[in-house]
Amino acid sequence: MNLDLDGAARTFQAEVRGWLAANVPPGPLPPVDTPEGNAAHRAWERKLAQAGLSVVAWPAEYGGRDASALHRLLFEEEYHAAGGPVRINQNGLFLLAPTLFTHGTAAQRDRLLPRMARSDDVWAQAWSEPGAGSDLAAIRSRAVPTDGGWLLSGQKTWSSRACCADRAFGLFRTDPAAGPHRGLTYLLFDLRADGVTVRPIRQLGGDNGFAEIFLDGVFVPDCDVLGEVGAGWRVAMSTAGHERGISLRSPGRFSAAARRLVDLWQKAGDPADGALRDRVVDAWIAAQAYRLHGFAAAGAPPGQASPFAASLTKVFWSELDIALHETALELLGPQAELPGDWLAGYLFALAGPIYAGTNEIQRTVIAERLLGLPREPR
Amino acid sequence: MNLAASPEQRQFAGAIGDLLAASDLTAVNRDWAAGNPAPGLAVWRRLAGLGVTALAIPPNFGGLAADPVDLVIACEALGYHALPGPVAESIAAVPTLLSRLGSTERLPELAAGATIATLGAPPQLPYAADADVAGLVLLADGEELRLGVPENEWPSVDETRRVFGLRAGALLASGPAVAHARARALDLGALACAAQLLGAGHALLDTSVRYAGQRVQFGRAIGQFQAVKHRLADVAIGLEFARPLLYAAAVALGGDAATAGRDTSAAKVACAEAAQRAARAALQVHGAIGYTMEGGVARQLTKIRALIPAWGSPAAHRARIMAALADGAVS
Repeated sequence: MNLDLDGAARTFQAEVRGWLAANVPPGPLPPVDTPEGNAAHRAWERKLAQAGLSVVAWPAEYGGRDASALHRLLFEEEYHAAGGPVRINQNGLFLLAPTLFTHGTAAQRDRLLPRMARSDDVWAQAWSEPGAGSDLAAIRSRAVPTDGGWLLSGQKTWSSRACCADRAFGLFRTDPAAGPHRGLTYLLFDLRADGVTVRPIRQLGGDNGFAEIFLDGVFVPDCDVLGEVGAGWRVAMSTAGHERGISLRSPGRFSAAARRLVDLWQKAGDPADGALRDRVVDAWIAAQAYRLHGFAAAGAPPGQASPFAASLTKVFWSELDIALHETALELLGPQAELPGDWLAGYLFALAGPIYAGTNEIQRTVIAERLLGLPREPR
Repeated sequence: MNLAASPEQRQFAGAIGDLLAASDLTAVNRDWAAGNPAPGLAVWRRLAGLGVTALAIPPNFGGLAADPVDLVIACEALGYHALPGPVAESIAAVPTLLSRLGSTERLPELAAGATIATLGAPPQLPYAADADVAGLVLLADGEELRLGVPENEWPSVDETRRVFGLRAGALLASGPAVAHARARALDLGALACAAQLLGAGHALLDTSVRYAGQRVQFGRAIGQFQAVKHRLADVAIGLEFARPLLYAAAVALGGDAATAGRDTSAAKVACAEAAQRAARAALQVHGAIGYTMEGGVARQLTKIRALIPAWGSPAAHRARIMAALADGAVS
């Protein structure tokens, strides 16, 4: 075992650090859900793509650099340390793209990935429905066959980025007679197509981070079916692992936040307050644990980890995120209720235990799939 | 960058596990607690045959001069199987102390498992564990290393452990070199102790999962209930994320990294917490049978309780981490 970076890793790290230092915008960009913010975040993504840094771990033919998992973690560390803008296309880059690599056809990859790498297409996820949250297999939105494709109808909700995205991916029921997990198909659709209505929803914290999508006879061509018709559950679950794991919340985010928390303690902490000091230390330890865990996973031979291990990761980072930000708010004292980065980060963190499968669902997955406890009656 | 155990390291862990699984540690612990350490000392000698007692000793004194990672691998297995005796003292700290100070005459017998050693090092280690069983008792206080003379004996919460106050005996070495060697020995001891805690926590998780799959109440295995599932899932999460801290600390100590002290403290805090969480959950899952000295839960739980404050309390380790971070050693 060793924790040393080899020459190639150090060179890559230095390149990323240098580029970000020269190019990350000095102040925050306008919010993603405003027209100016949408344009500014897309422009930033184009700039990243031109530098070959938007999707470092992808194959070069789609705009990446064939970077290893380790290099990808290093990129994320540098990105968060430099305070890089939120990735407007993260649903596409980190959730849809891995599914395309696993289940997409060559034609789909050629058509969709280069545009995604440049954020020419920004993607939203469309999983949940009013009656299908934790019980995702209860999906009722339908896709009915028609000439050359499918017609979608129904309602999706809590759709991240739908307000500012161009396209979306989700599960639709194509065989109502089959059991809940069967008869679902993974489809890609255009958010500007006829029959689509997007209604923004104001989130806790005030931003229009997600939306409802109403679908009324929306046409999807056959080429936008991802995987086999009827195999949507299996295809979607391969994305779920990415959504729960380091693909979505990279260790760099928490390492950077923990560093800022230690700085805040040094500026604002009462040295006599050992209890609060210990919470700062515990947040740092947890961020360090998550970082090292990521490095260990990146170095492990592919295919060795259980696909359910992402559930361990998801509970850990989402709870770490909240504990870290709550500690910062305590350090801020009465200032904590005023707008600021720590408060915004806290409100964002509060969603973590809910999305990508609630932490209760994850704990059941851990207990049944990893520990081997008996299944609960369903 | 590589945090995976090598095939040789996995084989080493497997060999220790096989040996201990075949050694009836339940009976060994019962005897040790009743004042008969002979069967336990026989297990120690068999472990010496695998090289466990020689890990931190230089080759010219019969040792293996192994990497701290190997030490962690061994101590995790010893913790998993609840080996009685002064593990961190005899396998990690005392060999480190004596090697660093060039006080080498007792090293061959330690390497061979013929002698078990223990140590007092106030304030981190105010009591010497199992000084009645040890053939070598040391007292490392500030800049002085002496033989330790056991004078007061106290029972520990862990029935298999007796702790002793030490009176200063013959002076073996003095000066700043002692303070340096002592600091290094305490870090390796804390690392070994953290590894034991992680192993003990894993053992309790495995036991609890087995029991929850068998014990039937309300007409079903209690492991079907979410309250039980989710509690054990939290145990698994704690252990999963303590492990990389433990191994990274071993790597840092092996490479004499500037962050080694900080990383050792983080490993000790995280492994102690994960083990404590495992112990509480195991007791709750087992119910009354866990609250007896007949099952294995109480044995592991009391060992964990004894090791948490040893080798520096969690509070002391957290204070050291903050001091390192405030120094700008944030990685």
